[in-house]
Amino acid sequence: MCLAIPGKIISIDRSNPDLVMAKVDFAGVKKDICIQWVPEAKEGNFILAHVGTALSLIDEKEALETLNLFREMDNLAGDPS
Amino acid sequence: MTHHNTLPLKYIDEYRDARLVKELAGKIQRETRHPWTIMEICGGQTHSILKFRLEDLLPPEITLIHGPGCPVCVTPTEKIDRAIDLAGRHGVILASFGDMLRVPGSETDLLSAKAAGGDVRMVYSPLDVLKIAGDNPTRQVVFFGVGFETTAPANALAVIEARNRGLKNFFLLSSHVLVPPAIRTLLNEGGGRIHAFLAAGHVCTVMGYEEYIPIAATYRTPIVVTGFEPVDILQGILHAVRLLAKKEYRVHNAYARAVKKEGNPAAKALIREIFQVTDREWRGMGTIPMSGLELSPAWAEFDAEKAFEFRVKKKHGAGKCLAGEVLQGKILPAQCAEFGKTCTPEHPLGAPMVSSEGTCAAYFRYGKYQNNRS
Amino acid sequence: MSARLFEKMIRPCLSNPWLDLSHDGAMIRLEGRRIAFSTDSYVIQPIIFPGGNIGELAVNGTVNDLACCGARPMYISLGLILEEGLEMEVLWKIICSVREAADRAGVKVVTGDTKVVDRGKADRIFINTSGIGIIGEETEVSPASCRPGDKILLSGKIAEHGIAIMSTRTGLEFDSPIVSDTAPLNHMVEKIMASGAGIRVMRDPTRGGVASALNEISRSCGYRFIIREKDIPVAGAVQGACEILGLDPLYIANEGKLLLIVDPGDEQKVLKIIRADPLGKEAACIGEVLDSRDKLVEMETVIGSTRIVDMISGEQLPRIC
Repeated sequence: MCLAIPGKIISIDRSNPDLVMAKVDFAGVKKDICIQWVPEAKEGNFILAHVGTALSLIDEKEALETLNLFREMDNLAGDPS
Repeated sequence: MTHHNTLPLKYIDEYRDARLVKELAGKIQRETRHPWTIMEICGGQTHSILKFRLEDLLPPEITLIHGPGCPVCVTPTEKIDRAIDLAGRHGVILASFGDMLRVPGSETDLLSAKAAGGDVRMVYSPLDVLKIAGDNPTRQVVFFGVGFETTAPANALAVIEARNRGLKNFFLLSSHVLVPPAIRTLLNEGGGRIHAFLAAGHVCTVMGYEEYIPIAATYRTPIVVTGFEPVDILQGILHAVRLLAKKEYRVHNAYARAVKKEGNPAAKALIREIFQVTDREWRGMGTIPMSGLELSPAWAEFDAEKAFEFRVKKKHGAGKCLAGEVLQGKILPAQCAEFGKTCTPEHPLGAPMVSSEGTCAAYFRYGKYQNNRS
Repeated sequence: MSARLFEKMIRPCLSNPWLDLSHDGAMIRLEGRRIAFSTDSYVIQPIIFPGGNIGELAVNGTVNDLACCGARPMYISLGLILEEGLEMEVLWKIICSVREAADRAGVKVVTGDTKVVDRGKADRIFINTSGIGIIGEETEVSPASCRPGDKILLSGKIAEHGIAIMSTRTGLEFDSPIVSDTAPLNHMVEKIMASGAGIRVMRDPTRGGVASALNEISRSCGYRFIIREKDIPVAGAVQGACEILGLDPLYIANEGKLLLIVDPGDEQKVLKIIRADPLGKEAACIGEVLDSRDKLVEMETVIGSTRIVDMISGEQLPRIC
């Protein structure tokens, strides 16, 4: 299943170091997500959640760039032939 | 579907922006000078393409075909039969993702096993299964773990936690498949019919995309790591068109906000610790060498395949179901004679009609088989 | 499944002009008065859920079906099938809710029946309510009166009942307060009817959601509809829950929402009336009837493309009402 949704970390529970959990907010719906594989995650970060686990941190800078990227693509790529 | 009073869904709504979509579609229209066939790998991408009717925005020179990106669809019939066998046993709780419940095995499906009295429970996370095992110490709890590399870390984590908690009644019936060998197989058999791939973005968040670089070079097929929202998919297609036009047979990461080249090292380490690579049968496609994961010997105590003896079942033929052809992008669902007639989500002949990532289900649900005025 | 049973077995066997219309309620003439007559059974699990319980659901559901016929709901019957072992406190709570809901809707429960069956034979409690109401002589609410250009209105945010139920089911934990929208719509309908606006059809989109209701109306009236995704009111948390679960809000049950098709000249008048009602603050126009005889519902997506919104096949959420 590839269904993965971005959500915002509200709080982190490190009481079990083998199973670090976070309370994640998905536009008002809160779920407990295991963030074991994104050790650098902090409160306020956005993560991509899949079957109750965080797959990655969402890179905000990259996200913004992607939205603007197709404008930059023209400048970098020149005129495609 | 946003009302002006509600908060936007961050990192989703921006990628459904009508203006951006229109601009991207315009670029694709202007820059496509050659017929190209592009295959998207992931079922989630297939659904997005159909839900938002992205093909209507593309020039006729671009043909989108749909790949085997539905792990539920490619789970071997034999595995499903084993799950059904377990579900029917007194003392066993069979836990599974919702999708698998209605996929037909040789004779029946898990939902029917539940109706017949089997304890079959739907879960959203493998971690939920640990709780079931803990709450039911006298029962054997088997998790039917199906998925691509995306789901493997979560299943691995459940196994590790089971050991940490000393659970003796937790088992994994796993059916994991790996994407890169499937791409190689499709390209080997393809005869050049697939010009470029949109790689599954969420698989790549875990695995990264290093494995795709030699594939792109060897088969001279650009591979673009692509997300799932309309803006993501159109960008993926645009990058593919540009790479094809410039004859650049490499990998481009168009999902950089979630994917890094090396993927997620911690998750990958977990997969390596718990699983080992094995040959795997893909339903409808035959066996692809080194394309699956099974529990490694150190974790054998959790392997349902070893813990239980299964009654050997005779495998029936696929009958009229053309799932294999659909999964390889050789035909579209509407080209199957049974589509929408004897085969519907309520009465599926095969997995692609019932899985939430199945191509046939997507075509049926979004009415693609009906005449549209456009 | 139940729809197919009705179409293939029940309706052909019992066929008569009223049943064949397949409306939520039958509109009959009794000694010169026009009466609406409706029935519904409730098998919802769990019986007590965020925002209500099966008791008020059963009253509101039948009240709303009658109101959608253009009738003034008046009298309700209450049939209870109880599983042996149902706790008395739970039953009392449900009966009190029935009373409160009836009072709120302004209807009276005038007859009923109670049966107890063995443990394991009824899943705590099943309820059937039937109801009758009076339809004004001039009232003409029927899909046959739909015309191209008519506007499709929706009284508020969708999918709340279904998601509230989902939030209680095993394996899911949402701690955001999404509650069922179960409510009687007859007071709102009465004000709309009293305004003299041209109302073609009214429907409360319960099981199967807005999409199913619109498809049914489209098939009845024989015209194609278009709706606009960006205009459909949905709460952010409901949308988030649907994204997580892979569900489509358009197909999820509502228990306190009104779908109307109205004369285009009366769109603003009707919206104003609905928005003045506490149950209709987020009312919106979501689409219109097209000049095409394909009995389909199409939707303009948020990205500007158009796709068909089909009848759902199979049950997205079982035991939802």
